[in-house]
Amino acid sequence: MPGSKDNPKDNLKDPWARFRSATRARIALGRSGDALPTKALLEFQLAHARARDAVHSAVDIDRLAADLAPLETIRVHSAAPDRPTYLRRPDLGRKLAADNAARLPAGEWDILFVVADGLSAAAVQVNAAPLVHACVARLGHLRIGPVVLAEQARVALGDEVAAALGARLVVLLVGERPGLSAAESLGAYLTWDPKPGRADSERNCISNIHADGLSIATAADKLCWLATEAARRKLTGVALKEDAPSLNGPDNQNNNQNNGRIGHDQ
Amino acid sequence: MANYHCDLGRQRHRFDDLKAVMACASPRRSGDELAGIAADSDERRVAARMVLADLPLKSFLNEALVAYETDEVTRLIIDSHDAAAFRPVAHMTVGQFRDWLLSYEADTATLAALAPGLTPEMVAAVSKLMRNHDLVCVAAKCSVVTRFRTTVGLPGRLSSRLQPNHPTDDPTGIAASTLDGLLYGIGDAVIGINPATDNVPACIALLEMLDAVRTRFDIPVQSCVLAHVTTTIQAIERGAPVDLVFQSIAGTEKANRGFGVTLSLLAEAQEAARALKRGTIGDNVMYFETGQGSALSADAHFGVDQQTVETRAYAVARAFDPLLVNTVVGFIGPEYLFDAKQITRAGLEDHMCAKLLGVPMGCDVCYTNHAEADQDDMDVLMTMLATAGVNFLIAVPGADDVMLNYQSLSYHDVLGLRHLLKRPPAPEFEAWLDKAGWLDEQRRLPPWPDRSLVVSALLGSAA
Repeated sequence: MPGSKDNPKDNLKDPWARFRSATRARIALGRSGDALPTKALLEFQLAHARARDAVHSAVDIDRLAADLAPLETIRVHSAAPDRPTYLRRPDLGRKLAADNAARLPAGEWDILFVVADGLSAAAVQVNAAPLVHACVARLGHLRIGPVVLAEQARVALGDEVAAALGARLVVLLVGERPGLSAAESLGAYLTWDPKPGRADSERNCISNIHADGLSIATAADKLCWLATEAARRKLTGVALKEDAPSLNGPDNQNNNQNNGRIGHDQ
Repeated sequence: MANYHCDLGRQRHRFDDLKAVMACASPRRSGDELAGIAADSDERRVAARMVLADLPLKSFLNEALVAYETDEVTRLIIDSHDAAAFRPVAHMTVGQFRDWLLSYEADTATLAALAPGLTPEMVAAVSKLMRNHDLVCVAAKCSVVTRFRTTVGLPGRLSSRLQPNHPTDDPTGIAASTLDGLLYGIGDAVIGINPATDNVPACIALLEMLDAVRTRFDIPVQSCVLAHVTTTIQAIERGAPVDLVFQSIAGTEKANRGFGVTLSLLAEAQEAARALKRGTIGDNVMYFETGQGSALSADAHFGVDQQTVETRAYAVARAFDPLLVNTVVGFIGPEYLFDAKQITRAGLEDHMCAKLLGVPMGCDVCYTNHAEADQDDMDVLMTMLATAGVNFLIAVPGADDVMLNYQSLSYHDVLGLRHLLKRPPAPEFEAWLDKAGWLDEQRRLPPWPDRSLVVSALLGSAA
C-alpha cells in the first residue's frame, strides 16, 4: 500500500529519519486509534521487563571476583538483608551488616575500589571489572587496596568500608537505577577522606557508564583524572568539579544532577 | 502532653501529639515507615482516624505541626490565613468537614470562596478520612483557572505538558520530541524541558530554541526550561525569552533550603518574570513541582507525615499565583511510595488537597523501575485524575523519559483520555489546532500519515 514502511523508496523519504538519529526517545511510534500499535506496545514491555530484571536479579559475586583476578577481593553485605528491605530502607543499605567490619583489616591505601550492586546487577556484572582493571592500569604507582564487593549496598556504604580499611580516597562503583533504554548503566562516586556522615556534595560522580553511554576507557580517564586531582587538592565534591570544565562535556551529562527534579537517594 | 486517644474494646490507643495522630491516620506508606512514624497496626490506623474525625478543624490554627518561630512556611500559612473565608466551616470537626465537602452544598463557587480560609494541615487531615473516590469527587468540584498564553484549568478541559527531554540537551533531539508531541495536541499547559546541564548559557540556548518553534508556527503555548530558579533569574537578566520560572518546592523552610530557595527568592523570581510581560492573556508566571518524600529525603520533615508536609508545599505555591503546579508522584522512589497502590492514592490526595487550597494542580503520572508499578497502574491513575478534573498531565514520547530514566504517560495516553472523556485542550490551543486544519469533523485529532500535508508542513519547516 502507498506509504508503507516496507517500501524502501518511502523509507528514503521518512520525514522522521534525521530526528530518529538525534534521539533515543520513542518518537513517531504511530497510532492504533489513539493507542500504541502492538509492536511499540510489546517493545516497551520488553524494555520494562529488562529494567525490572536488572533491579531484582543478584550479582554473581563469584564470577565478578574471578573477573577481577588477580586483584584481591573482600566480600561484605549491607545491613539490608534482602532486596525488598533494600528498596524500602535506604538507611540500611548505607551501613555494613553487624559482623562485617571484622572482614576489613586496617591498612594504608591511596585508593580503594568498592563495587556495590545498587539498583542494577547487570550494570555491575558487565561493566565493573573492566572499569576497575582500566583504572588500575592507569594508577599503577599508587597503593591500591583490595577490591571490596558489597551486596545490597548504596553509595554511602563506601565511606564506612574505606574508613575501616584506611583509604585516603574511595571510588564506589554502583549499578544505577535502570531506565528503559539503559539497564546496564554504572555510576562512579569518588570521596576524599571517606568516613560515615559524608554528604553527597562532598563527592564527585561520573554517571552513565555503559556500552551506549560513556565508554570504559573514557570513564577510566575521567575517573583517574579526578582521583589524581582529589589527591593533589585533598578534596572531592563541588569545589573539585568547578575546576574541571573538561568534565562538563555532553557525554557526562549526569555529572551535574540538578535537572529540576526532586532527587533520588542513590 | 495532649490527650489524644481512642478506646477500641479493651485497647486504648494513645497519641502523643497532633503530629502523631496525623501520621498514624495516614494510609500505609513506605516513607512514613522509613521515618518511623507510621501506625504499627491497621487497628491503630483506624483509631487515629477516629480521633481525627472528632477534632475541631480550628485545632490546626492553635497547634502548629512545624514550629512557627523557626519555619517561614508555617509563618506564611498562619499569617495569610483568611479568618472570614474560614467562618462557614469554623465550627466543624474534621469528620463533619468531610461530610460537608461531599454534600451538594459544597459547590464550585462555595469551595473557591473557602480556599483562602483553609490551611494545608486542615486539608491533609480531611483527606486522610477520604476514600480514593471521595478524593476524585471533591476535587472534581474545584476549579482553579490560570492564564499566560493559554487558559489552563477550565471545567471540561484537559491540558498537558509536553516534556521533550534529551540526555545531552541535543537541539535536534529535543525538536524531534516536541514536534512529535504537537502532532498529538500535547503542550497546551507548557512545553517544558528538564535540562541535562543546569547552567545559564545552556538554559538560554534551550529557551531560544523553544521560543523559535513557538513563533515559527504561531502556537499559543508557553515554554519553560526547568533549571534552578537562580539560573532562570540570571537568564532573565541576560535578556532570554523566559515565559515561566520553574522551581521544585517543599513544605518546610529547611527542605526548601535544601533546594536552594527561600520565599523571598521565589518572590524575586516572580517579579522578574512578570516584568517581562510576555503573557498575552494573564500573568501567572510560576511553575512549581512537588512530591511526597522530598522533605524526609532532605531530613527536614520534623516528624510530620509525608502527605501533610507535601500539602504544606501547596501553601508555598499559592503565595506566588502559579500557572502550573504538579506533583511528581511516582518519581521519588519506592522508599516513599512503594507500589502502585501507594502511588495511586498519593496522586489523588495531592491533587485534591492542592485544589481545595486553590492551587492549579497537575500531575506527572509516573513510576520508576524499582517501584512495584507498571503502565497498567498509570492507566488507572490517569483516568481517575482526568475524571477528577486535573489541570494538566505530563506526557513524553512513548511514556519513556530517556533523560530522567523513568516512565511517565505517553502522548497517546493524553490524547486518548481527551477523546474518551470529551475533554479538549485549552481553548486557545484548540483554536490553533482547528485553524491549522488538524481536527476531524468530530473535533478529534486523528493520526496524520507521515506524508500528509500536516506532517510535512510541521517537519519540513523545522530545520
